[in-house]
Amino acid sequence: MIGRFVIGLFLGLLTMPALGAFDVGQLMGDLAKNKGGRAKFVEKRHVSFLDKPLVSSGEMTYTAPDRLEKRTVTPKPEILLLDKDMLSIEREKQKLSINLANQPEALAFIDSIRGTLAGNRAALERNYLLHLAGNPENWTLTMLPSDQKIAALVQRIVVTGSKGQVRSIEYLQADGDLSVMSIEPVGGR
Amino acid sequence: MNNAARRVFVIWLMAMLAGVTIVWNSRFSADMSFFLPADPSAEQQVLVNQIKEGVVSRLLMVAIGGGDVDQRATLSRDLRRRLEKTSGFSSIQNGEAGSHDADREFLFKHRYLLSPAVTPDRFTVDGLKSAIANSIDLLVSPAGFVLKPLFTRDPTGELMALLGGLNVGAQPNIHGGVWASRDGERIMLVLQTKVLGSDTDGQETAINTIKREFSASTRANGVDDANIEISGPGVFAVHSRALIKGEVTRLSLISSIAIICLLFFVYRSPRLLTLGLMPVVSGVLAGVVAVSLVYGTVFGITVGFGSALIGEAVDYSIYYFVQSGRMGFAGWRERFWPTIRLGVLTSVCGFGALLFSGFPGLAQLGLYSLSGVLAAAIVTRFVLPQLAGGARMASDLSPLGRAAEKSILFVHALRWPVLLLALLAAIHLVVHRESLWHPDLSVLSTATSKEVELDMRLRADIAAPDSSYMVVIDASDLESALQATENVGEKLDRLVAAGVIGSYDSPARFLPSSAMQRARCASLPASTDLRLRLQAALADLPLAADKLTGFIDDVAAAKMNCTLSRESLAGTDLALAVNALVLPHSGGFSVLLPVHPALAESGQPLAIESLRDALAGTGVLVVDLKAELDKLYNDYLREAILLSLGGLVAIILLLAVTLRSPARLAVVMLPLLLSVLLVIAGLSLIGERLHLLHLVGMLLIVAVGSNYALFFDRSNDQGQLDAETLASMLIANLTTAIGFGTLALSKVPVLHAVGVTVGPGAILALLLTAIFVPRGTTA
Repeated sequence: MIGRFVIGLFLGLLTMPALGAFDVGQLMGDLAKNKGGRAKFVEKRHVSFLDKPLVSSGEMTYTAPDRLEKRTVTPKPEILLLDKDMLSIEREKQKLSINLANQPEALAFIDSIRGTLAGNRAALERNYLLHLAGNPENWTLTMLPSDQKIAALVQRIVVTGSKGQVRSIEYLQADGDLSVMSIEPVGGR
Repeated sequence: MNNAARRVFVIWLMAMLAGVTIVWNSRFSADMSFFLPADPSAEQQVLVNQIKEGVVSRLLMVAIGGGDVDQRATLSRDLRRRLEKTSGFSSIQNGEAGSHDADREFLFKHRYLLSPAVTPDRFTVDGLKSAIANSIDLLVSPAGFVLKPLFTRDPTGELMALLGGLNVGAQPNIHGGVWASRDGERIMLVLQTKVLGSDTDGQETAINTIKREFSASTRANGVDDANIEISGPGVFAVHSRALIKGEVTRLSLISSIAIICLLFFVYRSPRLLTLGLMPVVSGVLAGVVAVSLVYGTVFGITVGFGSALIGEAVDYSIYYFVQSGRMGFAGWRERFWPTIRLGVLTSVCGFGALLFSGFPGLAQLGLYSLSGVLAAAIVTRFVLPQLAGGARMASDLSPLGRAAEKSILFVHALRWPVLLLALLAAIHLVVHRESLWHPDLSVLSTATSKEVELDMRLRADIAAPDSSYMVVIDASDLESALQATENVGEKLDRLVAAGVIGSYDSPARFLPSSAMQRARCASLPASTDLRLRLQAALADLPLAADKLTGFIDDVAAAKMNCTLSRESLAGTDLALAVNALVLPHSGGFSVLLPVHPALAESGQPLAIESLRDALAGTGVLVVDLKAELDKLYNDYLREAILLSLGGLVAIILLLAVTLRSPARLAVVMLPLLLSVLLVIAGLSLIGERLHLLHLVGMLLIVAVGSNYALFFDRSNDQGQLDAETLASMLIANLTTAIGFGTLALSKVPVLHAVGVTVGPGAILALLLTAIFVPRGTTA
């Protein structure tokens, strides 16, 4: 894992000079221009003790800068809503609300998505070491938690995308399980 | 001193010594029981228990500011560690990670006895299949993060089923890994004292322990600018007691000094002054003795009422010394004593009415004053003349009396203006009748608005749950109490599902009845069966049975150990939760189920009627503590109205029988009733919201004020009101006004209200009596 990251880092270092000006700042600018929209997602979660990955799918809606709604349709309907610092999960009549301000580690984890979508570099750099590879049309942003407490939740987050549109988010969890979410925008933006 | 006098003095002295001995051994208290009903209904009993012993009454909230986030977090951890060593607290929470590990471990270990989902169906092939499939689905969701590390041991998700019913509710904010206020500037700790909330000494010790350990912790960690705020019922109790203690001394001192100065000015003789104070001392002592003997405990507020009693009791010796001057004891006994005796009896009627109050504080005040006044009068009548012998006042008060006589002629002219004023007062009261009264019991509390504000702020910061609603189950033994709790729990579960209530707490979640434990245990299959069923259940699932050996082992272990007792919970916070909700009493056990409204953030009240309907026929009690508190106050108020009216009727009957003339009765009563009217309108005008102690004050205006009216009446009977009598009334009136007026200075609302009503009322009563006294009464 670390090895793969080191290789990635090298590749990134090699490609960066060739691209000239494309850096984290520019990517954040592109991302910040994205004011929101709808997208379909498919999430594959690899769990060590299961024979095959768990697949879930549904639709996501993002409204800049801090509202994200994830509606899972299969296998079980679930609505996850992130509005500012309130995270609520609705599932089978049960509703759970969490104020993330009370949970700094969870907030840092959520900030990785929210910060990326909003192009908020400061929020990302607060908790992660950022590394960008690729070009504006096809970029890969790798985030490594800089804080031990967050590292206890997630080892690595890799986001890929094109211009201001995120295409996939990959989480490598602390227990070694990997989750990959691919995102397909719907409708013109 | 002759022999008779010596004998009387010795008897008096012995009585006093006996009194002192009783007082010395009396229990004094300044706690909430002053306000708690003497004869509570079942619902009120729940309220009383909660206030005296409930877990809420043992809660102390601590907020610490200063330093930076990291320094505060260090302080929080250090203070918690220090307080844990003191063993004064049953629980110390600061939100530290890991502080609930013991609880979680316990729940996980005993999940097959505790989970409501454990039924025979759960462990059939279909049951296993659906439970495990459900858990796998949950792994995709963020809600499943708790589940994942434990999945292979708990694939049916019993821990989730268990946690699902718990009211996690709102939690305080976390900064630097510990609880913090909403603005993040202060760290928060929540403590539970081991001593009861009603143990004010214990609460004081606990609060001082916190302060001491806080200072030690700030020194050890070098946080110089740290400051601490503490609130909770214990803090209120300790402050209130300190306030009352201070007031008792302060008020008695003010009233005594003022009255002694006045008496010295009048008597100009240390001997007469000393003799004059004998009935007062006797009265105050008799009051405390009577209360101590009847109630066992003397409330601080009752003793604080002493300053008024001093002002009232000293009247009798003033009457004696001033009036007996010319005619001697025999003449005084014949001419004046019957009038004084009648006055004493009207006062007794007034104070005596309070004895019937279900509000213990009020009943004590009544008994205290009644015994005090009686003792003072008896000492004045039977002891004082013997000891005084021929002692006479050196000063001549007739100039004062004659001045008073002249002014009576003048004030007669004020009749019509006073009646007009009374009419205006009546109109004012009618117009403002809606806003005259303070609506709740909080008005009697000694807490300052600053203390209340701090308490509300800290409660909001720790997101303290609103546990106003309670279902109370009573049973003769623990097992039947827990079984009944489980039955009620099923009904409450349906209400939660229907959205009628949000959630509820139940001790049966952590301590199921033995019957329930046996049933759950019997639902668990033997390992060989479980293995076979798992094979079948997992056929269509992406999970191999060999991954679940942990599950099979755990079920086997659970089946081996099928009993969970109250003792097994020891060392966890769950034990605290069970202890807070399962209360042993003489007849068995009470179980409390706090019910929380749905959508707590909307602040909507709970539909208590639906709750009552759903539980109808189960024999349980549904209590809304807040409503009970309001009802309690309204009951007190209604009762105080009845008692005041009863006292008034008793006084009128007494006077009617004694005076035997409606016209004379009217002359006596009119000024008193007008005084009440004017005082109440006056209080309303200066912005006092009236409560039940003002009401009691109104009765006392009549009871105390009637003394003056009676002297005028008697003099009318006997043809003249001499200058000495007038002077004695003026001085007695002044001492009464000083005594009650001192109470008006009190910060204790109960005392303040009586003082601010009776003080001016007594003066007005004398003035109005003089104004309305029939012409020709005086020379």
